[in-house]
Amino acid sequence: MDVQDRVIAIIAEQAMLEPSDVTLDSTPEELGIDSLGLVEAIFAIEETFDISVPFNANDPQGSDFDISSVGQIVAGIRKLMDEQHA
Amino acid sequence: MKRVVITGAGTINPLGHDVPSTMEAMREGRCGIGELHFRDVERLAIRIGGQVRDYTPEDRFNRQQLALYDRFTQFTLIAAREALGQSGLDFNGELADRAGVVLGTSGGGLTTQDENYRAVYEEGKNRVHPFVVPKLMNNAAASHVSMEFNLRGPSFTVATACSSSNHAMGQAFAMVRSGLCTAMVTGGSESMLCFGGVKAWEGLRVMSRDACRPFSATRNGMVQGEGAGLFVFEEYEHARARGAEILAEVVGFAATSDAADIVMPSKQGAARAIRGALRDGGIDHERVGYINAHGTGTAANDKTECAAVADVFGHHADDLMISSTKSMHGHLIGGTGAVELLACIMALRDGVIAPTIGYEEPDPECALDVVPNEAREAEVDVVLSNAFAFGGLNAVLALGRV
Repeated sequence: MDVQDRVIAIIAEQAMLEPSDVTLDSTPEELGIDSLGLVEAIFAIEETFDISVPFNANDPQGSDFDISSVGQIVAGIRKLMDEQHA
Repeated sequence: MKRVVITGAGTINPLGHDVPSTMEAMREGRCGIGELHFRDVERLAIRIGGQVRDYTPEDRFNRQQLALYDRFTQFTLIAAREALGQSGLDFNGELADRAGVVLGTSGGGLTTQDENYRAVYEEGKNRVHPFVVPKLMNNAAASHVSMEFNLRGPSFTVATACSSSNHAMGQAFAMVRSGLCTAMVTGGSESMLCFGGVKAWEGLRVMSRDACRPFSATRNGMVQGEGAGLFVFEEYEHARARGAEILAEVVGFAATSDAADIVMPSKQGAARAIRGALRDGGIDHERVGYINAHGTGTAANDKTECAAVADVFGHHADDLMISSTKSMHGHLIGGTGAVELLACIMALRDGVIAPTIGYEEPDPECALDVVPNEAREAEVDVVLSNAFAFGGLNAVLALGRV
């Protein structure tokens, strides 16, 4: 599985949906993931990709990590992997 | 029903090692939050907190005592000695049987757990000190207070996360008010500033890396603190008959449960607790001049708390003052309401309202008079202390002047 498929699997599990129901355009909100759910999904992402994601639940939009859509999350993870695994 | 008054107060916390120094720091708007110092701190992402500084346990306790006293118990006993010393009460005979200890804590002997898990898991040791259990148990502090001062009545520990102290003091209030007890030692203590304690909080992603700025639009989370606050709650006629100095009267209490979410606060639950405390004390809304806020500095708490206050007080919400002293001492979790009660006593007795420091920019969702950055002189008649815990458990105390 590539990064995108693994992220979709994590988000689908968090949202209790099938991976086929999650698209790159989906937002966490549309998928029914609240702020606590997002914190849990980011933990799973950190564990899966061995990265550290800058995210403060007090100000999700203000964090360096863009969580506005699944596609942005995938892009953010790729960037962090490049930076942190270099 | 009996009237209940406070005849002794004691504390040790990031702002001071006793009540006078703590109140002075609150008046001056001093910040007790700084860089954390303990083992493995370099493995944490969150490295600030309100630690009790310049504290050497060996100066206060002997070897035998330290083998049994976790840091949260040490803080409790230091605060208890000050509070009981001020009250002048001596617990003998019938008074001893009619006095107990109800304390709040959330983590209890968490530092002891952390150290001993490290010894057996990380260092691979197969033997721990024989007193690990009596040292870490949540009721250790209450029990040691009862032993040191011969308090032989009902004694126990309350654990409701961030509301623990307020629930404990509400219970002590009820026990004296009902006539079950003549005096109660109450308040709370917390010492979670160790690697495991902070690491667990870090996981929730609600902690600030730089400062606690309650109600400010720039707030970005909570900061943990440690310490204890203890009080003597005494039946009014008993206190008057012996000519005791009365610091304040406890006039009302209410507790509610949101029955909604394990971490997200509810405006309705908070408002019901505030309203309940006013009703319990038969207090007109207009008499409330100051509220010591729960004010954690998280996005969710501060806007929910302000909405609850606006909802309960209507127009009067604009006339009262509400500040969060967590900006100075951090969030003492299970001990926080107890240390914050000192700000309530200072408001009533000295006419000084402790500020919310670190305030940078107004937030339209927190549009109340939060006493930004500088203490203020004001005569207040009745004050409230809010506590809203994870788990949706709310506890509000009302204090008045005698």
